[in-house]
Amino acid sequence: MTGFRLPTGGRIDRSRPIDFRFDGRTYSGFAGDTLASALMANGVRLVGRSFKYHRPRGIVGWGVEEPNALVTIGEGAAAVPNLQATMVDLVPGLVARSQNRWPSLGFDLMAATGLFARFLGAGFYYKTFMGPTRGAWMAYEPHIRRAAGLGKASRDPDPAEYEIVHEHTDVLVVGAGPAGMAAALAAADAGSDTLLVEQMAEPGGQLLASCAGSAEDTWRRAALDQAAAPNLRLLTRTTAIGLYDGNVVGLLERVGGTGALVRERLRIVRPGRVVLATGAIERPMLFADNDRPGVMLAGAVRHFVNHAAVAPGRRVLVATDNDSAYPLAFDLAAAGVEVVLADRRERPPDALVERAAAAGIDLRRAATPRAVSGRRGVRGIEIRGPDGTVHVACDTVACAGGWTPVVHLASHRGAKPVFDAALDAFVPGPPEDGIACIGAMMGVYDTAEAIAQGERAGLAAAGRAARRARSRLPAVSALAGGDVASPSGLPVLPAGADAATVFLDQQNDVTAKDVIQAQAEGYRSPEHTKRYTTLGMATDQGKTSNINALKVIAEARGETFGVMATTTFRPPYTPLTLGALAGRNVGRNKLPERLTPMHDWHLAKGARMIETGLWMRPWFYRWAGAEVGAAYVGEMMQVRERCGIADISTLGKIDVVGPDAAEFLNRVYVNGWKGLAVGRARYGLMLREDGIVFDDGTTSRLAEDRYFMTTTTANAGPVLNHLEFYLEAVWPELAVHVTSVSDQWAAMAVAGPRSRAVLRAAFADLDVSNAALPHMGVLEGAADGMPLRILRLSFSGERAYEVYTPAGFGLAIWERLIAAGAPFDLKPYGIEAMGGLRIEKGHVAGPELDGRTTLRDLGLERMGSTKKPYLGDVMARRPHLTDTRRPRLVGLDPIDPAKRPRGGAILFFEDEMIAGHGRGHVTSVTYSPTLGRHVALGLIEGGAEAHGRIAVASYPVKEEFALVRVVDPVFLDKEGKRLAD
Amino acid sequence: MLQIPCPFCGPRDHAEFTYGGDAGVTRPEMDSDDLGAWVDYVFIRDNPRGPHREFWHHVHGCREWLVVERDTASHAILGAHRARDRRAREGRRE
Repeated sequence: MTGFRLPTGGRIDRSRPIDFRFDGRTYSGFAGDTLASALMANGVRLVGRSFKYHRPRGIVGWGVEEPNALVTIGEGAAAVPNLQATMVDLVPGLVARSQNRWPSLGFDLMAATGLFARFLGAGFYYKTFMGPTRGAWMAYEPHIRRAAGLGKASRDPDPAEYEIVHEHTDVLVVGAGPAGMAAALAAADAGSDTLLVEQMAEPGGQLLASCAGSAEDTWRRAALDQAAAPNLRLLTRTTAIGLYDGNVVGLLERVGGTGALVRERLRIVRPGRVVLATGAIERPMLFADNDRPGVMLAGAVRHFVNHAAVAPGRRVLVATDNDSAYPLAFDLAAAGVEVVLADRRERPPDALVERAAAAGIDLRRAATPRAVSGRRGVRGIEIRGPDGTVHVACDTVACAGGWTPVVHLASHRGAKPVFDAALDAFVPGPPEDGIACIGAMMGVYDTAEAIAQGERAGLAAAGRAARRARSRLPAVSALAGGDVASPSGLPVLPAGADAATVFLDQQNDVTAKDVIQAQAEGYRSPEHTKRYTTLGMATDQGKTSNINALKVIAEARGETFGVMATTTFRPPYTPLTLGALAGRNVGRNKLPERLTPMHDWHLAKGARMIETGLWMRPWFYRWAGAEVGAAYVGEMMQVRERCGIADISTLGKIDVVGPDAAEFLNRVYVNGWKGLAVGRARYGLMLREDGIVFDDGTTSRLAEDRYFMTTTTANAGPVLNHLEFYLEAVWPELAVHVTSVSDQWAAMAVAGPRSRAVLRAAFADLDVSNAALPHMGVLEGAADGMPLRILRLSFSGERAYEVYTPAGFGLAIWERLIAAGAPFDLKPYGIEAMGGLRIEKGHVAGPELDGRTTLRDLGLERMGSTKKPYLGDVMARRPHLTDTRRPRLVGLDPIDPAKRPRGGAILFFEDEMIAGHGRGHVTSVTYSPTLGRHVALGLIEGGAEAHGRIAVASYPVKEEFALVRVVDPVFLDKEGKRLAD
Repeated sequence: MLQIPCPFCGPRDHAEFTYGGDAGVTRPEMDSDDLGAWVDYVFIRDNPRGPHREFWHHVHGCREWLVVERDTASHAILGAHRARDRRAREGRRE
């Protein structure tokens, strides 16, 4: 027989039955149940198969320590795998499935042979797939992955919503056990805004292990009554997953429930003070087949009995080495369950012995469990005692192997836990500023003492001196304490037990044998043992296994437990979904989307948009074709032969103002600026401090002390940061101010032979003649009161104008140009055509300014001034950067027009082996409608010296090889007549 | 989750700032031709355990460049000054 619902007691709501499904069968529980308690109440004890060996597994714990009972909740896209059944509230309609079993939970083929145990021992991956057999990994990986695994995530988008909340509080108390509740009440009572968080559904911690009506329960209820203060917030189902710099604490709130809008909420709290009351987790006992369904933690069993009114079986063997399991034995006996109590100690306290006798409990002293019998569930256990070895029939084994303080959060910022021999445990080291640790996590297991300590800590966190305990709470001196430390001297691994079936880490299937073997193989550091055996590396992070493993290691080496440090604790304390970390930053909300003032016009006129950084820009317009390939070529022809208009509002724009502005530009640009006249623009290039080209753009002089700088779209932010840095941190003596005006100005390029005619028609009041507005000229004016700044600049190589107007007038000016341009057949063009036009002209852009190229590499060395120092000039003269073998900018002309080189292709000279890194690479490719073939830019060793040579553009991923002739990068109008005309 | 006390905006989350590197290095004079000095300035950094003066840009705030003193071991922020304040750059506290 296995678990059953007790007829009375518990804190479940028997008036609200809830149906749920597990592996296709319908069961019934009550409101207040967890999935684990409801399964147990229905007699279900086999709930999962283990990770590697597919051994049958049952429920072990009550809360976050549960290693085995991992289930998938929900169906289809909403399915969430690997949830602990102990942490899933029973809600109507709940659908749960067991994991890692095939074909079914009851009959698992992987387990049927027991074959895997022989192969998957410690260091399996390292031993099996190293050296000559390494290639075998590729062949076996899918099979191994299928055999060893957890639940499967859905491949569909998660329909649930998540959110992230940032908040502040004076005092944050983590853990609503007796210590934490006392601390939170005291802090709130002293006037502090207090947040108390509890990972379970009900506050109370260990108090919930006591039955309703007990002294513990009475105190808990009284404390909860007082928790209704307006400055005290209690969040349940909320786990503190990490403690970070500045004592920021990450809280994961499981909002959950069916129909809830938000499934999980990540709360990032910056508290003034943190009180940690994270409690302790019970240690399993080690004996052969200690992973069989029915072997549980004693403290967990007491929660099931008293909180959920579920008994795990009819005949329970309680195995302990300390006092903490006795209350369980008494409660079970009182509930009518047959109890055998096996205490490893020779002399348990007399008071407990007498009470056990009075309750009719069969107490065995100096009794050590050695081996469980029963395959799919406990049928009995072998006990070795002073009178030899006996077999005790039972269906449940409740183990009390001592307690492990939860030091995780206290260690997240790096404080190492310290060993306390009297407690037989590690406790937090000296806490960081602003953090206090109280209660069981400090080894304070006496409830009354923990409450008193909590009150003191709460007052201290609120900045108040200690004072008398709150008189309004019931006296707590009657609460149980007792000695809960495992006595030293008893080996954790019983003599004669087969270490290969003694499971330390049940979730990752790591046995005592694995850990002992790792020592024999030289993995002496616990950190190495952990990684070699994967102990403690499962989703439960070894909450029930780490300390027992350290004990086994110490025993195997003949050392004292506690000398070796624990492994490192890192966030998160419990698993959380990626959804919770992403919050609402998913899909279109992941990044802001920047739109130009003319965005809606583009959409209305059939533009296909494309993301460039955060910006949405027209890629091409449907007037020129349905697909990009045809459309951009048509748009290029339009600009070359008639005229086009493009939205260039995304360019970075920076006002550079001040008496030292010219000097400043002289320092940050490679070329000279002092000679630039007011009303003229100049192309400029900036280097980084290491001498590599940073960005290019044009800067216009609007007045003696006033310049208007443009940057590339991609570098608008970085260039501003760069300029601000030099003005603030390096040359504070320069009287210059820089201001980003990127969003303040809309901008559009009007390019092509008819561009001047379009401007003249659109802005009749302005003189845009070649004399008034020559190439690199600047004109400021207005159209119907709308300010205009027109720069005669060309990126396309055609006569072209950049028209700037305040962003609010952007659409009006754009539409004015479109209307005025209609007689001249003005058409919009997108960034694909813009790119093609500049490639034909050999103008460099992003693919060439790739953060690795120098002025020389780009053939722009003549731009670098020799009359003044500039940022990056000395570093650009480093020998490696001036090496003549560096790849330099060239044009690449395909030999066979049918074979076009691909951007990113590696270049080799034609007589060379196609191997290695080659002589350079293709940077940009376009079809040239003017030339009737594809042309490309690239970087190749020798640069101009290689003109005339034949190279192979090799793209091995697609097995494409195109022969190209190395030529001058300017394919059209080398003299630049078109733009100056 | 550092918090930087911006002299203009008060204590602000470090997510509002971008890191700008070691503030302990001194840039050679603009007209210096000493390549070794430039290499030291651009590439050579100490990696101290303990207090470290470094540039932070309050890029999502007042946009001031600051010199922040941060303990690299504890991540404690010991102070923050305007970068243009030479006292901060030279390591003297106010």
